[in-house]
Amino acid sequence: MTETKQIKYYLIKFQSVIALMLMCIVLSFMTDRFLTGENAWNVMRQISVNVVISVGMTLVILTGGIDLSVGSILAISGAVTAGMLKFGAEMPGLNIFLGFTLVGALVGGTLVGTFLGWFNGLTITKFKVPPFVATLAMLTIARGLTMLWTGGFPITGLGDNFAFIGTGWFLGIPMPVWISAVVVLAAVVLTKKTVLGRYIYAIGGNEKAAELSGLKIKKVKMIVYAIAGALSAIGGIIVTSRLDSAQPNAGFGFELDSIAAVVIGGTSLSGGKGTIMGTVQGALIIGILNNGLVLLNVSPFWQQVIKGLVILLAVVIEKLNSKEE
Amino acid sequence: MVKTNNLQPVLDIRNVSKDFSGVYALKNINMHIFPGKVTAIIGENGAGKSTLMKIVSGVHTDFEGEVTLNNEKINFKNPKQAAENGVVIIHQELNLIPHLSVTENVFLGQEITNKFGLLDYRKMYKKTAEILSKLKLEINPSTPVNQLRVGQQQLVEIARALFMDSKVLIMDEPTSAISDHEVELLFSIIKELRTKGVAIVYISHKINELFEIADSFEVLRDGKNAGSGEMKKTSHDDLIQMMVGRDITGSFKKEQITDGKEIIRVENLCFINPENKTDFLVKDVSFNLKKGEILGICGLMGSGRTEVLEAIFGLFPKYVSGDIYIKGKKQKIKNVNDAISAGIALVPEDRKLQGLILNMDVAKNTSLANLSEVSNYGFISSSKEKELGLEFRKKLNTKVPSENIEVQKLSGGNQQKVVIAKWLATNPKILLLDEPTRGIDVGAKTEIYNLINKLAAQGMGIIMVSSELPEILALSDNIIVLSESKLTGRFTNKEATEEKLMKAALVEKE
Ligand SMILES: Nc1ncnc2c1ncn2[C@@H]1O[C@H](COP(=O)(O)OP(=O)(O)OP(=O)(O)O)[C@@H](O)[C@H]1O
Ligand SMILES: [Mg+2]
Repeated sequence: MTETKQIKYYLIKFQSVIALMLMCIVLSFMTDRFLTGENAWNVMRQISVNVVISVGMTLVILTGGIDLSVGSILAISGAVTAGMLKFGAEMPGLNIFLGFTLVGALVGGTLVGTFLGWFNGLTITKFKVPPFVATLAMLTIARGLTMLWTGGFPITGLGDNFAFIGTGWFLGIPMPVWISAVVVLAAVVLTKKTVLGRYIYAIGGNEKAAELSGLKIKKVKMIVYAIAGALSAIGGIIVTSRLDSAQPNAGFGFELDSIAAVVIGGTSLSGGKGTIMGTVQGALIIGILNNGLVLLNVSPFWQQVIKGLVILLAVVIEKLNSKEE
Repeated sequence: MVKTNNLQPVLDIRNVSKDFSGVYALKNINMHIFPGKVTAIIGENGAGKSTLMKIVSGVHTDFEGEVTLNNEKINFKNPKQAAENGVVIIHQELNLIPHLSVTENVFLGQEITNKFGLLDYRKMYKKTAEILSKLKLEINPSTPVNQLRVGQQQLVEIARALFMDSKVLIMDEPTSAISDHEVELLFSIIKELRTKGVAIVYISHKINELFEIADSFEVLRDGKNAGSGEMKKTSHDDLIQMMVGRDITGSFKKEQITDGKEIIRVENLCFINPENKTDFLVKDVSFNLKKGEILGICGLMGSGRTEVLEAIFGLFPKYVSGDIYIKGKKQKIKNVNDAISAGIALVPEDRKLQGLILNMDVAKNTSLANLSEVSNYGFISSSKEKELGLEFRKKLNTKVPSENIEVQKLSGGNQQKVVIAKWLATNPKILLLDEPTRGIDVGAKTEIYNLINKLAAQGMGIIMVSSELPEILALSDNIIVLSESKLTGRFTNKEATEEKLMKAALVEKE
């Protein structure tokens, strides 16, 4: 009796790891192109951008919010980085020209993302705009800004040094994987060990009680949205670097994959419950699924249907389990 | 009156056990519930009372043993099915939908429709109004319930249950947040139901009221049967002996305060009703509090007692006026943080909505308002945090089935202790308590009284709102009474009696 319960407990606890392993096993039987070193790194590299963004998304969702603007912020940040790198910045009226180093451009791009994220936080906390609406507006605004900045054309030819970020290897591991690993590690520490992390969970768990406990709700939320913006910017830099080009429509629809990763990873959309490592697993599941469907030559239309079904399945299983106890 | 001698039990509980992930909350429980009788279930916090009732009413569907209703084995899949079969429960933890109106909540799942199948709002509104007036609850049936106080919500829950056609009506601590006056009304309703042959199961920690309302009792201790019998043939002390398994030694004695310095003074505190700007929730209330003093505030539900605390704590700065002096210095409290930095703490009345992060464990809830104490440079030391949690668990005798259990899985009384712990951990100068012992068992109450008293003796100023007059009388140095938002009585501990307090609380509207 209790033994079966114990088994059930572990099945539930490691359900996403189990799902991942099952997927890998099935895929390696169905196509011999799946289980190759090259493909593995390929998948990891593709996933890393989603991981970076989804870490920010997880923090936002943990507070009980949502961020639909990650894809657009990714685009504008990447474009700003590329623009600064290539053209510097001109201040027309003042007749000033600023040339940018690689570091300057990276910092500039990240700051733009951080600022837009912070602005999300501002409208949400100060003006009480629901997160869904505030970030929906930002989705459009940042996309529009990207178009304005790029004039609707890609910015290309950004140099080898910059390309290293997205395509280089370090100690036998692709740079984007390093970057996402650092981001994940930092976020795990943040959520598990720090006061800020605890506040994030508390606010999502019960905002009223958190407020009555003297937590500075607005400040915490602003920080969280700013972090989400900064991470979108880092995602933007990776994407831009990998393609050696800032595309005006970069990051289009990324918010969906990101939310999917968070949800599959077991984070509750109502806030207060979930983990960073869950999200990483979620991102892996989506990434491997994408990869496998491509390798199996499944038509893109069916790919979408299947991805949607997997998201549903993950959440349904989650719900059934939480009902168990 | 219905003769109750040789009746069949309407509800028969046989050998029921229930475990939560391996830990038994109930073990081989047997109980017979008779129609036309009020059966009291008593037991310490965490004894398993609520769990048993959740089994009977279809909330927990997975248990061992057997429950029969009119000799038929029950197999309810959910509470709705139980209710349809006549087993209705009023839960200890309030379960209303916050944004829906009183009417909508009362008729949730039992809506009245007209001949076109559309909701018949007029009829539901009228029926709700009727029952509310029967409960002497002066609220508009279309008020959203999140604007009601805990006690009022409790009455709405009761109203909701009364609309269902019940054979067995279970009340899990229905009177924990309402004052004697409202309790009387509830009792008259219970007596009416009893004569109609409804079996009533009544859970309460207020032992005294059981002698007034219950016919028989069942005691649970650590998830097991620990005695039963007729109320007429037992005594207060016997019941407690059965509940705790020992005599409670050392009852509570208030220490007299030495004349301390004034720690807070409130002058002309006003709180405008956010819903109706011409109306006051608190009007011109003034008082002061010395170091080491315990000030009791009593009054009926809706008299403004909770609002006084909330106003001081900076919860509604837009609607509050009046002056607050802390240690003689005028202080502007514009939000909760101002209040906390001024050394004020509030143990709120609603533990579920205002007090706890339900999916965090005891230690994390305990440290929440005081994380700087257990952290360095923004990093939490989990060992220090655990220590803090443990310290207060011992102090308040909080029972947890396992260390890391989420507080939502604790029994109601133990949850309440966690809320108190959180605020005691901040070591405030001024402690505001709103119904601090709601749902707490007799033994633990005494311990909490001693603790409050000790804190006062160490120089803390304490303001306590409570519906329980004996509690107010036992603890307070001074007592103020509110009625209809105004201060209608001021007593020292020596002057005050229950009668005098009641009289001041019932001063009529002008
Ligand atoms: N969902 C759950 N998961 C794990 N343990 C639970 C759960 N629900 C209740 N328990 C445990 O079962 C025990 C009995 O709890 P119960 O709520 O029945 O106590 P109670 O007698 O109603 O106490 P109180 O007087 O404080 O309301 C407690 O130890 C509680 O922590
Ligand atoms: Mg209970």
